[in-house]
Amino acid sequence: MAAFILRRLAQALFVIGAMLVIVFFGVNVVGDPIYMLVSPEMNQEQIAETARSLGLDRPIWEQFLIFLRNAVQGDLGRSFVHGESAIKLILSRMPATLELALVALFMAIVIGLPLGLYAGLKPESKASRAIMAISILGFSLPTFWVGLMLILAFAVGLGWLPATGRGETVSVLGIETSLLTVDGWQHVALPALNLALLKISLVIRLARAGAREAALMDYVKFARAKGLSQSRIIGVHILKNIMIPIVTVLGLEFGSLVAFSVVTETIFAWPGMGRLLLEAITRLDRPVIVAYVMVVVVLFVTINLLVDLVYSALDPRVRLTEAST
Amino acid sequence: MSETSLPPVTTTPAAPTREETPLRRFARSFIEDRVALLGLLVFATIVLLALAAPLIAPQNPYDLAAVDVMDSRQPPGAVAGEGFTMWLGSDGVGRDLLSGILYGLRISLMVGAFSGLIAATVGMTVGLIAAYAGGKVETVIMRLVDLQLSLPSVLVALILVAALGKGVDKIIIALVIVQWAYYARTVRGSALVERRKEYVEAAQSLGLSHARTVFRHILPNCLAPVIVIATVQTAHAISLEATLSFLGVGLPQTEPSLGVLIANGFQYMISGSYWISVFPGLALLMTIVSINLVGDRLRDVLNPRLEK
Repeated sequence: MAAFILRRLAQALFVIGAMLVIVFFGVNVVGDPIYMLVSPEMNQEQIAETARSLGLDRPIWEQFLIFLRNAVQGDLGRSFVHGESAIKLILSRMPATLELALVALFMAIVIGLPLGLYAGLKPESKASRAIMAISILGFSLPTFWVGLMLILAFAVGLGWLPATGRGETVSVLGIETSLLTVDGWQHVALPALNLALLKISLVIRLARAGAREAALMDYVKFARAKGLSQSRIIGVHILKNIMIPIVTVLGLEFGSLVAFSVVTETIFAWPGMGRLLLEAITRLDRPVIVAYVMVVVVLFVTINLLVDLVYSALDPRVRLTEAST
Repeated sequence: MSETSLPPVTTTPAAPTREETPLRRFARSFIEDRVALLGLLVFATIVLLALAAPLIAPQNPYDLAAVDVMDSRQPPGAVAGEGFTMWLGSDGVGRDLLSGILYGLRISLMVGAFSGLIAATVGMTVGLIAAYAGGKVETVIMRLVDLQLSLPSVLVALILVAALGKGVDKIIIALVIVQWAYYARTVRGSALVERRKEYVEAAQSLGLSHARTVFRHILPNCLAPVIVIATVQTAHAISLEATLSFLGVGLPQTEPSLGVLIANGFQYMISGSYWISVFPGLALLMTIVSINLVGDRLRDVLNPRLEK
């Protein structure tokens, strides 16, 4: 087990290192950012001075070595636009994004699980077919388009919910959250639903497949023979067994929620790190782009690592096949 | 699709009679599903409309002389200054929306088709090499594929356009890089099975070159799953391009795909001019859903395990 953990850890570090190299050189082959930062009235000397102060006058490999040395110390450079530490900037926007992603994850389970269970237990009914059609649409519809339609329907048309921004926040243990105020919930509802839609479809499919399989199992027949109520069979016996794959997949999908929040945050003007990334891309703010990618990659690698470790602890076969290849 | 590109092995396990060619059998079994047929018809119509855009569009939306600012933000059904009816209304600068959508479809479909073709070519080649060569080559390629597939496509595409910049060619490059890994993984999977079969051994003992064995003998037998992946991936590419363009990092205003049109309408949506965003969005939706319907059916038809 210890060898397995070490190997996985080494792999994770290798991935982070590889991404560091790829992203730095990828982003730094773009056009000269210095012309985006200086005002048109500046003369050549002032431009050169600005470039020197930002370290942009040095050769690319030297910039990379400096970047690498700082990165190891947790410093990914200063934002050209904001003048702040890029990593601090990202981290300050992170709670808003995580809040959005968590609410979306919650919605995916609360909405997707009952629908999927129903579709799996009554596969022939009309409602089940409608549910499956909706889930296919959920996979096909582009996220940004659904976001627009949500705004059009609930904010412009019905006027029930605000279209943009984050609501009133409350500070809990130093972290700002909008989930403790009514205003905050009103603001988070639409963007979270938008972000959740793809995952709702996913949960519906997983729950349906799981429920169809579980319904035929002996333990369900036995429970029925014992005379247990239908709700107890579904709520305890079936649900417990199908939750394992669903929770695993959703854990892995959390990273993709964070990535997709770039789209949702832009539409709903949600002040998270996704919107920060998009601003950085349009303004060629390299350090912020690099820092964002590294934060997300670390998040991804950590989630994958945790899922792997939990899995190998629960199911020794994973460890064994890994060792034999 | 030409007859030779369809793998007879996967579609006809039984000996075909004279009238029942593999292609006919395939076509008949495809149209059995009415929804898929509808999807195919809708998609064919969309492609035709896009190709014929310069002939049928009431207005050339790129021609500045033809566009009148007085016509801006007209609701659907209004009559333009030049006399024709704008069935879908007009956008913020007075362009006829129907014309804009027809021209936008051309760009969206072109980006999807080109990126799909190139990605399929690159991915299939790499996947075949991995499966045929085995050993270290395979390990390196497949680790790369795994690494890429573990990152969400939106994020990879965003970072790529951040590095490459705007423009049709750059978007296609970004989409190819996002997509190739899917093709590589699929082809490798089926090629691993195929290369152990006797016809490959026969080809090798005849002294055929590796390239000929791989591309003329193994590849045709791996095509069925690739066709399925290709439909799904093309729909995904079109959707991704629209997303990037909507975010303002995809195609520039000079090449208005559906995503750019939707983005342009976004600012007017809050004030009630819903049609500028909604109609291009519906066109995008119909394109993506129709391709997905066709892909779903292809998956069933081309899957030999489901055959009766």
